[in-house]
Amino acid sequence: MTFDSTIAATRFGTGLSPVIEPPWDVDGMLVLLSGPDRAAERLPITGMAGTVPSMRDMQQATRARREAAGTPRQEVTTEALRGLNREANAVRGHNIRSTIARGVIAQDGLRERLTLFWADHFTVLAKNSAQRHMLTPFVSDAIRPHVTGRFGDMLKAVVMHPMMILYLDQSRSLGPNSPQGLQAGRGLNENLARELLELHLLGPQGGYGQADVTQMAELLTGLAYDADAGVIYRPRWAEPGAEVVMGRRYAAEAEIGTIHAALDDLALQPATARHIALKLAVHFVAETPDAALVDHIAGAYVASGGDLLAVAAALLEHPASWSHTRAKVRRPDLFVIAALRALGTRADALMALNTGGFGRLIDRPLAAMGQPIERPIGPDGWSEAAATWITPQNLAARITWALQRPGDVVDRLPDPRAFVVTAIGPDAPADLVFAAAAAEKQADGIALVLTSPAFQRI
Amino acid sequence: MDRRRFILGSAALGCSAAASPFLTPVALASGPWDNRLVVIVLRGAMDGLDAVRPLGDPDYAGLRPTLNDGKGLAVDDYWALNPALSPLLPLWQAGEMGAVHAVSTPYRDGRSHFDGQDVLEAGSLRLDGDAGGWLNRMVATVPGMTAETAYAIGQDRMAIMTGPAPHLRWSPEVTLEMSPQMRRLLETTLHGDPLFRDAALQAVAIADGMAVDDDGMATGNAASATALAEFTAARLREETRIASFSINGWDTHAGQAGNLSRAIGQLAQTILTLRDGLGPVWDRTAVLCMTEFGRTARENGTRGTDHGTGGALIYAGGALRGGQVAGRWPGLSEAALYDRRDLMPTGDVRAVAGWIMRGLFGLDADVIAQSVFPGLDLGTDPGLIL
Repeated sequence: MTFDSTIAATRFGTGLSPVIEPPWDVDGMLVLLSGPDRAAERLPITGMAGTVPSMRDMQQATRARREAAGTPRQEVTTEALRGLNREANAVRGHNIRSTIARGVIAQDGLRERLTLFWADHFTVLAKNSAQRHMLTPFVSDAIRPHVTGRFGDMLKAVVMHPMMILYLDQSRSLGPNSPQGLQAGRGLNENLARELLELHLLGPQGGYGQADVTQMAELLTGLAYDADAGVIYRPRWAEPGAEVVMGRRYAAEAEIGTIHAALDDLALQPATARHIALKLAVHFVAETPDAALVDHIAGAYVASGGDLLAVAAALLEHPASWSHTRAKVRRPDLFVIAALRALGTRADALMALNTGGFGRLIDRPLAAMGQPIERPIGPDGWSEAAATWITPQNLAARITWALQRPGDVVDRLPDPRAFVVTAIGPDAPADLVFAAAAAEKQADGIALVLTSPAFQRI
Repeated sequence: MDRRRFILGSAALGCSAAASPFLTPVALASGPWDNRLVVIVLRGAMDGLDAVRPLGDPDYAGLRPTLNDGKGLAVDDYWALNPALSPLLPLWQAGEMGAVHAVSTPYRDGRSHFDGQDVLEAGSLRLDGDAGGWLNRMVATVPGMTAETAYAIGQDRMAIMTGPAPHLRWSPEVTLEMSPQMRRLLETTLHGDPLFRDAALQAVAIADGMAVDDDGMATGNAASATALAEFTAARLREETRIASFSINGWDTHAGQAGNLSRAIGQLAQTILTLRDGLGPVWDRTAVLCMTEFGRTARENGTRGTDHGTGGALIYAGGALRGGQVAGRWPGLSEAALYDRRDLMPTGDVRAVAGWIMRGLFGLDADVIAQSVFPGLDLGTDPGLIL
């Protein structure tokens, strides 16, 4: 293995910084990762249970407004709902700023990257405006605490989370032969079952068939979310009888323990290990990664029973991970985070941004770069392909951001001649060193560094 | 465009500005067609019953006690246009604008914007990400297309255009203002990386084209629809044949009179801007305005309407036969409604688009029913192409 501090900070972190030292070795990276979550301590993001307004608050206000329509209470209920929407928006903005700021100031950049990776692996989208401010809390609840834990525990936390249940329509799914199903004349919604097997667990080539999807969907019946009662299990909705998924038979009892058992088993399937190993290698190293690297990560996954700390260690210890070919292009959010980090941006400057400033610096630019915040197209999350991100428009948006926005967050722009080394490391290409020095103004020099392939590729 | 012309190096620093490919607009490759198709996605679910009002339907007035404000612009003895469409009335009268009523996608019952738009843009209930949007599949059926042929415009994701077939996307809000010196230096820093070099080269070409075409282009939210239309017209005057963008703001649960006027006003401005910008090309252009679903037949308690099913498709362009409300009208009696609440769809918006594409581009009906909209029953030709 050829450890390289610059690669460690960029490929496996959120970038180089003038004020944060890059990692010195893999052990140091793993010590940080297995230690306390300092960035979350410094920039906390509340989980869903503690988030105000709650989804119940939002639903009640919406209902009150509907019922008051045409009555003297119409105006006051409308204003109440508006107020809640404003509060929810403020919460969402705070959480997104915190997420970005964590990447900008974290010593442990790997934890930030793993959190983004797993949040993307388990993508959830908001289905209406009452849910939008709960997307980051979902990550706080179900993803981040588990990035160094067991995959099976993350999986269960995700599947039992209101946001995933809502996103993939689990509350609507009922066993066609259950008491409730017979009464309502309705049946299964396979959405969650299908995405679990295809996207979250076994992968598209994972060797499952439609029968497994249907059986999994039947097994999940009963699991639901209700804004008043929270995540619940409704035995009357559960399909009677035992289910067989991937050759394993699960108890006929209508109880949530059956779902836990199936998820624990599926998490340890060899196909799941390979699927996750491949996704990690594709995300961090290359679109078509070295087969030996994938095998190595999958092996560590199987040997450790899905211990994600061991899996991260396997990723870091394989020589293919340290290839000097920079095959990956930074996704827009990682581009902006790395640029802000290289500029030495302080967390408080980001947290103090008002709506307008946040729109200019982060929200609208990310949309123009092709990554509207929290709005990937579907449950498969953001693309891993460099060609998706470096289109004419998306690159123009990066160039424009690099030219216009760095001055927003720092009092004084750095000298481009020094910034080349700060942002790219000691091996910055000679033509870039030359160009940065030849720019006719400082802002142009900074932009040349940030738009260079040497900065955008990791 | 000959990308090999982009042979650069530090030597380029010494070149004159005129010789630099970053400074020279690049000729775009040509497409095989002469007609133009613009698809405008109206996100949020346009209330077709308020945009194109069936005043002659005996049940209409009862369903719409306040929204039927008596100000509709009668276009015949049955139909009236929403007053906010008044800027387009001359087009209607000239036969360059019309509507197809009581149409929908095959999406039923979920009444979710997201799912509804997915179906509208996929052109199918089978939401298979790999299959892309239906405009992309249409482009894929014709060999020799270049990326410039099809354009997704604006910052919305426009799933309708995504997929394996070549296409470009650009938002007129994205500009690329650089000093000549900055451009030259950027050439040197990007030249060694083909992915970045080619994208930058094309970006500069598009941005330069915009600067020339739209000198003093309006900016800001109010003008953004105009900016989209200006940019679209500029591309269609050149090599682009298919363009798509969206106009938002149709989700009128409350206070519909004002909110719908704003959205319709934007749409009217967009269509007029397209017509003015296209000049003689307008005669060879079809503009289709499609939405994910219609809204409830009955006005709700907040002077708005909720998510429904059947709705209207508005069309414009010199290539189409306008001045009519086409489609089969099911009536608005309670028994005639879908689920006793929504306008009953009697036609599929995909069939309308399919017949128009057949007329504009000479595609086989089989190609449309198998490749563009797999499994669609095209039905009879509504005869919208002149």
